[in-house]
Amino acid sequence: MKYDIVVIGAGIAGLTAAIYGKRAGKNVLVLESRTYGGQIVNTPSIENYPAAMGISGFEFATKIYEQAITLGAEIKFENVMSITDGKIKTVHTNQNDYQSPVVIIATGSKNRQLGLPNEEKLLGKGISYCATCDGAFFKNKVVAVIGGGNTAVEDALYLAGVAQKVYVIHRRNQFSAESVMVEQLQKQPNVEFIFDAQVTELIGEQKLSAININTNNQARIINIDGLFVAVGRVPENEKFANVVTLDQHGYIIAGENCETSAPGIFTAGDCRTKEIRQLVTAAGDGAVAANHAIQYLNQLNQD
Amino acid sequence: MVYQVNEKNFEQEVLAAKELVVVDFNAEWCGPCRMLGPVIEQLAEENQDVKFVSVNVDNSGELAQQFGIQSIPCVVFLKKGEEKTRNVGFAPKSVLENMIKELK
Ligand SMILES: Cc1cc2nc3c(=O)[nH]c(=O)nc-3n(C[C@H](O)[C@H](O)[C@H](O)COP(=O)(O)OP(=O)(O)OC[C@H]3O[C@@H](n4cnc5c(N)ncnc54)[C@H](O)[C@@H]3O)c2cc1C
Repeated sequence: MKYDIVVIGAGIAGLTAAIYGKRAGKNVLVLESRTYGGQIVNTPSIENYPAAMGISGFEFATKIYEQAITLGAEIKFENVMSITDGKIKTVHTNQNDYQSPVVIIATGSKNRQLGLPNEEKLLGKGISYCATCDGAFFKNKVVAVIGGGNTAVEDALYLAGVAQKVYVIHRRNQFSAESVMVEQLQKQPNVEFIFDAQVTELIGEQKLSAININTNNQARIINIDGLFVAVGRVPENEKFANVVTLDQHGYIIAGENCETSAPGIFTAGDCRTKEIRQLVTAAGDGAVAANHAIQYLNQLNQD
Repeated sequence: MVYQVNEKNFEQEVLAAKELVVVDFNAEWCGPCRMLGPVIEQLAEENQDVKFVSVNVDNSGELAQQFGIQSIPCVVFLKKGEEKTRNVGFAPKSVLENMIKELK
């Protein structure tokens, strides 16, 4: 199947690119492996997107999705496995192949895992990466949050209001989260901090029952019902490493013009090298990438 | 049609049913659940020989606990009262369609 532009990822960056592509009269396909909207869909309230204060992530994502569909973008739920470069590029999914002169990679980022045995197996059975999504199932239970950034502290605050007890386990002895939130967390009576600690083992067969941590070279077993992992996010661009250049962390190297090392392949949003990973910058990238893609297409048609 | 079920009618509507039953555990506050809702509706429309029910985990906490639900959306497939398989998280229509086909 042939298109003018194939966009990989239906997050805010990818859907914005689709909107701009359609408005320029191009034939656009968006491929998405999970839900449309990307990482923002679980956020209860967005406070910093201009003109949309307090909107939920779900509502925000659904509005952009509907806008893209209304303008005629085609969206398919397929997982992109690889790209074959060339004047006409082929995007291979787990189900089909699609051809287009232009590809926009907008694959965002995913939760960083601890990388421990059992982690995948216990996902949804005591291990979670989203406190606002799964916290409600741990009412009056004992949980732990791993991490020291804004997300970890926010998660711990939320869980302190739900769970009986919350352990906050951090590998350093200081939080990198905003101090206002940290102070708020320190006031919670049911939160216990464990610093300079690393999780070494996830214990449980059918479901998580305990974790083994290492603090100051001592092992300690903590019995918990739930573990919330908030140790940052990582890009998932390995499958494209053979066509575009990645930096040492796996982000696609591109400047503000969203051009990658490969002519005709553009990138937008959290998956590229950039300073600020936010909705508004993802949307900005979507517009820039689409416009450069359109110029590239028009140039091709003239040649 | 997707029927709303709760602790009171679960036994009769789900466990005693003869056909394949697809149980969608969800909640108002869960974005991906609300994205999955229309997909489940469509599947129900297209698979009249399968029963589709919805459980609101806030109203039916006991059922959620009984099924060990710790993350939603969670779609559980049951046959003759016995769980066959489940899918946690949003899944595109094609994925759920295949699961239904295999179990029907
Ligand atoms: C909990 C949380 C709260 C946040 N709150 C805010 C906030 O209040 N304000 C704000 O501005 N920003 C916020 N952010 C950041 C913001 O969500 C991101 O910067 C933004 O969503 C990035 O959009 P994106 O389109 O680049 O990537 P993503 O949203 O990550 O979308 C990428 C999409 O690509 C898909 N994908 C990946 N690989 C493939 C593949 N191989 N094939 C097909 N599809 C693929 C993914 O499934 C995903 O849907 C928050 C982030 C999180 C995690």
